[in-house]
Amino acid sequence: MSTLALISDDSKRRIDREIAKYPADQKQSAVMAALAIAQDQHGWLSNAVIDEVAQYLGMPTIAVYEVATFYNMYNLKPTGKCKITICTNLPCALSGGVDAAEYLKHKLGVDWRETTADGNFTLVEGECMGACGDAPVLLVNNKRMCSFMSNEKLDQLIAELT
Amino acid sequence: MVNLEIDGKAVSVESGATVMEAANKIGTFIPHFCYHKKLSIAANCRMCLVQVEKAPKPLPACATPATEGMKVQTSSEYAKTAQQGVMEFLLINHPLDCPICDQGGECQLQDLAVGYGGSASRYQEAKRVVVNKNLGPLISTDMTRCIHCTRCVRFGQEIAGVMELGQAGRGEHSEILAFVGQTVDSELSGNMIDLCPVGALTSKPFRYTARSWELSRRKSVAPHDSLGSNIVVQVKQDRVMRVLPLENEAINECWLSDKDRFAYEGLNSDDRLTRPMIKQGGQWVAVEWQQALEFVAHGLKDIKASHGAESIAALASPHQTLEELFLLNKFIRCLGSNNIDARLRQADTSADGNVAGARWLGMKVAELSGLQSVLVVGSSLRKEQPLIANRLRQAAKKGLQLNIVHVADDELLIKVANIAVVAPSALPATLAAVVKALAELKGGKLDNAVADLINGATTSAEATAIAKSLADKQKTAVLLGNLARHHPNSAALHALGQEIARLSGGAFGFLGEAANSVGAEAIGATPGSEGLCAQGMVSKPRKAYLLLGVEPALDCYNAHATIAALKSAELVVSLATFKGDVADYATVALPIAPFTETAGTFINTEGTVQSFNGVVKPLGEARPAWKVLRVLGNLLELPGFEQESVDAIRKEIAPDLQAFVNLKLNNTMSNAAVTMDKPRGGIERIGEVPIYAADALVRRASSLQKTVDAKNAKRIFLASDVAAEQGIVDGADVRVTQGNASVVMQAKLDARLAAGCVRVAAALPETSALGPMFGTVTLEKIAMAAAAE
Amino acid sequence: MAAIAKPLDYGPDAIILKGLDGNNWRLKDYESRGGYQALKKILRDNVKPEEVIAEVKKSALRGRGGAGFPTGLKWSFMPRSFPGAKYLVCNSDEGEPGTFKDRDIIRYNPHILIEGMIIAAYAMGIAVGYNYIHGEIWADYDRFEEALEEARAAGFLGEKILGAEFSFQLHAFHGYGAYICGEETALLESIEGKKGQPRFKPPFPASFGLYGKPTTINNTETFAAVPYIMREGGDAFLSLGKPNNGGTKLFSMSGNVARPGNYEVRLGTPFAKLLEMAGGMRNGKKIKGVIPGGSSMPVIRGDVMMSTDMDYDSIAKAGSMLGSGAVIVMDEDTCMVRAAERLAYFYYEESCGQCTPCREGTGWLYRVIHRIEHGLGRQEDLDLLLNLADQIQGRTICALGDAAAMPVRAFVKNYREEFEYHISHKHCMVGPGGYSTSPAIESLAMAAE
Ligand SMILES: Cc1cc2nc3c(=O)[nH]c(=O)nc-3n(C[C@H](O)[C@H](O)[C@H](O)COP(=O)(O)O)c2cc1C
Ligand code: SF4
Ligand code: FES
Repeated sequence: MSTLALISDDSKRRIDREIAKYPADQKQSAVMAALAIAQDQHGWLSNAVIDEVAQYLGMPTIAVYEVATFYNMYNLKPTGKCKITICTNLPCALSGGVDAAEYLKHKLGVDWRETTADGNFTLVEGECMGACGDAPVLLVNNKRMCSFMSNEKLDQLIAELT
Repeated sequence: MVNLEIDGKAVSVESGATVMEAANKIGTFIPHFCYHKKLSIAANCRMCLVQVEKAPKPLPACATPATEGMKVQTSSEYAKTAQQGVMEFLLINHPLDCPICDQGGECQLQDLAVGYGGSASRYQEAKRVVVNKNLGPLISTDMTRCIHCTRCVRFGQEIAGVMELGQAGRGEHSEILAFVGQTVDSELSGNMIDLCPVGALTSKPFRYTARSWELSRRKSVAPHDSLGSNIVVQVKQDRVMRVLPLENEAINECWLSDKDRFAYEGLNSDDRLTRPMIKQGGQWVAVEWQQALEFVAHGLKDIKASHGAESIAALASPHQTLEELFLLNKFIRCLGSNNIDARLRQADTSADGNVAGARWLGMKVAELSGLQSVLVVGSSLRKEQPLIANRLRQAAKKGLQLNIVHVADDELLIKVANIAVVAPSALPATLAAVVKALAELKGGKLDNAVADLINGATTSAEATAIAKSLADKQKTAVLLGNLARHHPNSAALHALGQEIARLSGGAFGFLGEAANSVGAEAIGATPGSEGLCAQGMVSKPRKAYLLLGVEPALDCYNAHATIAALKSAELVVSLATFKGDVADYATVALPIAPFTETAGTFINTEGTVQSFNGVVKPLGEARPAWKVLRVLGNLLELPGFEQESVDAIRKEIAPDLQAFVNLKLNNTMSNAAVTMDKPRGGIERIGEVPIYAADALVRRASSLQKTVDAKNAKRIFLASDVAAEQGIVDGADVRVTQGNASVVMQAKLDARLAAGCVRVAAALPETSALGPMFGTVTLEKIAMAAAAE
Repeated sequence: MAAIAKPLDYGPDAIILKGLDGNNWRLKDYESRGGYQALKKILRDNVKPEEVIAEVKKSALRGRGGAGFPTGLKWSFMPRSFPGAKYLVCNSDEGEPGTFKDRDIIRYNPHILIEGMIIAAYAMGIAVGYNYIHGEIWADYDRFEEALEEARAAGFLGEKILGAEFSFQLHAFHGYGAYICGEETALLESIEGKKGQPRFKPPFPASFGLYGKPTTINNTETFAAVPYIMREGGDAFLSLGKPNNGGTKLFSMSGNVARPGNYEVRLGTPFAKLLEMAGGMRNGKKIKGVIPGGSSMPVIRGDVMMSTDMDYDSIAKAGSMLGSGAVIVMDEDTCMVRAAERLAYFYYEESCGQCTPCREGTGWLYRVIHRIEHGLGRQEDLDLLLNLADQIQGRTICALGDAAAMPVRAFVKNYREEFEYHISHKHCMVGPGGYSTSPAIESLAMAAE
């Protein structure tokens, strides 16, 4: 069998912790976590990585691929160093979400799903993040949520991340 | 039972049944796409929405349980509106390319759109376009046409046992696809084409060759394995264009294996023999039938006169029709010889005379579904019996314990309860161990014939687990597969398998090799005590051979020896559908019609008599073999060759053929003085028949030959220990030597193979220089430079 | 997460989010607020599971996830003596635009949820539970894991809880960006490691749920209300609200209000009062429309809303639904076509793709509104939209189809003149942009610094 070279030992340990949450015959329940962990390690999910996750969990590769393509937060292509997902849904839009998005597009010189020339930022239009009261809201690399993003705060953030 | 009313008609169904099932019961059609009686309920297409009294919204008939007193309207205004709404949605992103779509004329969407669609679409936005996928040599795709019913995906997961297709993405962006770069390799994949209600998945070999309304449809029986799947052969201008399943719940249900579905390509192969040929002065010349037949008659007469009738032998393919086998048998016996056999790959005939009748499944195919524990010995299952494997797969989901004794832990896509993987030479001892363990569990007395075999046996954990599984369950069976039948100690395996079945109180049977393996034995196309068996005819070469549908280098146990024997003969008459390498060894080649060009009968593994008619005219000068044999009989002035039709031959066999066959079905072996060879040592060859090499037709089905299964068969698979000992790595070229013959093959490591073994398939041109299907081989790594030469 | 210094003000009647300052989320803080007393009492006094369920029934607690189904009744559907596993699942996947209440429970008062789930598990004889947490709130997921660790260490979770013959394991599950997983059966599929595609019902989760086993699913806020009910009694909870509408409810106020945020008020509180708590309309603008229960619910005209109370029955009477309690307030500068377009886009993007009317219909709805918004509309489009909404609603596997259809229908019906203006003038009635653009950052934002 193959050696699963793309999933690091540390990632395997983390995946095993997730597997332990579920009944012994339900390893598949850990697939979303496993993909997230693999994405943490690589920044995105290549087909080779998806294939290894499938092997690790004993699932058909296409079943893992189905999952990876269903949920928005998996990156199936490489992104810039920072993927910025900004919510433009109605509640956010009413409180400046779209304006913040426009400001960022302008500032970074990219449109949705594009990456800046220096490879630093990819801008993604997000759907509701469950934080509408904090609009404008954005996520950096899926994990860091930034709230009340006025233009000044956007400037600060970009400066910090560059 | 639950009583309900559908469109005013009363119907009662089992509790738990759906409205759709209730409607089907009374013949009420409810439009649908995703529903399929053999698949899980998805309820995703919403085409089957019906009106249910008191329900606040239309309900999908396919998923709604029937309840007592329910009143359903399937075509009220309310139901129709819902159905038409769904139809409109289905069509907005469906291309209107019916004129160039292969599904045209047999498209559920097209059919229903006529009844439920509007005349003009209100949709004026851009349509979705989906890129096409390459799913391999058998399935052609046009994914823009997909309506997301997921039947294909569910088929893979639930029936084929392997998820090769999935629905990736979300919402309108969802697409049916295989994982990047992968194809659909299941041996049942063609069923997805039938299941697809639109033209998204169509047949690649059939693509663009005919419109469905140009085809005439004729019933027939598939000739490729012992199941005898019922088929519909579709014909255009006297050419077979396509084969589809004909539903028969007792046999193939609604499915067809890819082998049965796509092998028809071989019928139209360039390799067809279309004229009688005679070798004159080392040259093949085409001749008229009359000349060829007279040549054969004279030749046989001369040889009989100069060497005696016993110097004449006949080998018949068990894929030939019952009527042909019967006439050949009659012909050879009338000539005065008893040398006839259709068991071409059976090495061990020591049990001949001790087996009570024709070896068969020992039960009905449908009864497999109700088994609770089964022991399958020496079978690749999926590859030799794709649909029987599916029966067992479905039964396993309901609790059947599948026990295996085999030479490899092949991926069966069925949950296996216990498995013992041993080298071919250790198979008898392993079964002996199971018998021993069973005897200990059950405390019964052993049959004398096997008592000796058991005495020396040592039980193993696997053997004990298998014995326990059989002992614990009520409905059990022991089934021997092809490898057990071809095995050099097949008599011992027979005796031991029978003893396991006896001790566990279950059925005993053979999975069966060919379309007419049962038929050949039932009508006695076997030598009996007086004649030579297939192996005997090779080891004691004859002066004249009659071959009926046989490709000797591919169909026989020992290809090397068989060819040598033929080459030493004075006269070799080949009644053949294909040229193949007939020029190498034959004196005369007589073109005979394949199953689509003649009427005939196959008796399948459960003993069911299935007769069929020809669906097209014989190609070129080809003639049905029964006619050829009849004329030969006449030319030789043999008595009883006046049959005017296949029907007359059938009547001659028995007025009631099914009753006749029923009496013949009997696996019981008695008074057997069975022995086992000692394990040999050395590297053992496992020489199975690959799925797409089993008969002459399938060998010429070009699309099947492009499958992963066909390609893999050409490699030598090495058990881990063998590879390690010999220092052979994946992809290396290896010289395989058996006896004094050798071939070069590409290596593939296979950790699931029994230790000490290599898998070198039989029935392939690539390996036909080698000897017996089993036995020892030596390996030699070929240096890169030498290989490149 | 920025530390918040001053007390979080969720309103004077708060019981779930009472006494929080953003930092006092730990076990000891929760216990000092009376936390885990309900559980201890149940286990100490050997309260019968049926009695727990009876108390919850009495409280008239209705599911806070959207449908408002009576919680006690739902719990009573669980087969009592089922051989084999049963599961308890908490739905913290809030992704319904406008809803952000469960996040505050998880990050500021996680133990109230854990205690509620333990009591629920006890009441239904369940040994394993999962909390499915929305993908985007990563830090809050981590916090919940931490809270679980605390609860395990203190013996509130695990084998033989507090020495009683009752064991319960609780795990966190992290979503990864799919709104549909808020639908309960999609959520179960997701926990099973599949795409989140809803299942056809029946069978319902109570008979065929997670891994095919009986399962009860409730919203975060629903569980969080349980400790109070068991500590103070069902009657006490009921009396906080109105008959058939027991207790307090968290309302997520968003849009053009001065102080967006969560407010916990008694059910039956007038909307006008709630708006006032949220600081009134931002910049003193006029109220134009309100979506009172999350983006899936029909929009109501501002004037109607100003005279409506916030409870399940009153909102229903006004022509909408309380849903998850997400109140999206739109002022006079909001273009209703643009608003409808954005919501239609959301449902189009989030449709799981499984069933035909939703997969095909959401895209159609969106494209038509998009055309209208971009000046390419036709008069017949409005009837087409209404008809398409009819063809979707009630014909899909799950309620996302309804959720996509209802807002479109209400926007077109309630603001038809604005749509017509768009079509005939090929531009917007309220001016460029379509949304009031002044940022909302007035109150909490300052506090968060
Ligand atoms: C499309 C859709 C999205 C939903 N999203 C959520 C959600 O984010 N959170 C939630 O608690 N319930 C959501 N629900 C409702 C759940 O299906 C379910 O009714 C609820 O979790 C039950 O909990 P409750 O009885 O406590 O309300 C959603 C339903 C639908 C149809
Ligand atoms: S209504 Fe939409 S989200 Fe729900 S099952 Fe159907 S396609 Fe999926
Ligand atoms: S056949 Fe019932 S929904 Fe498809």
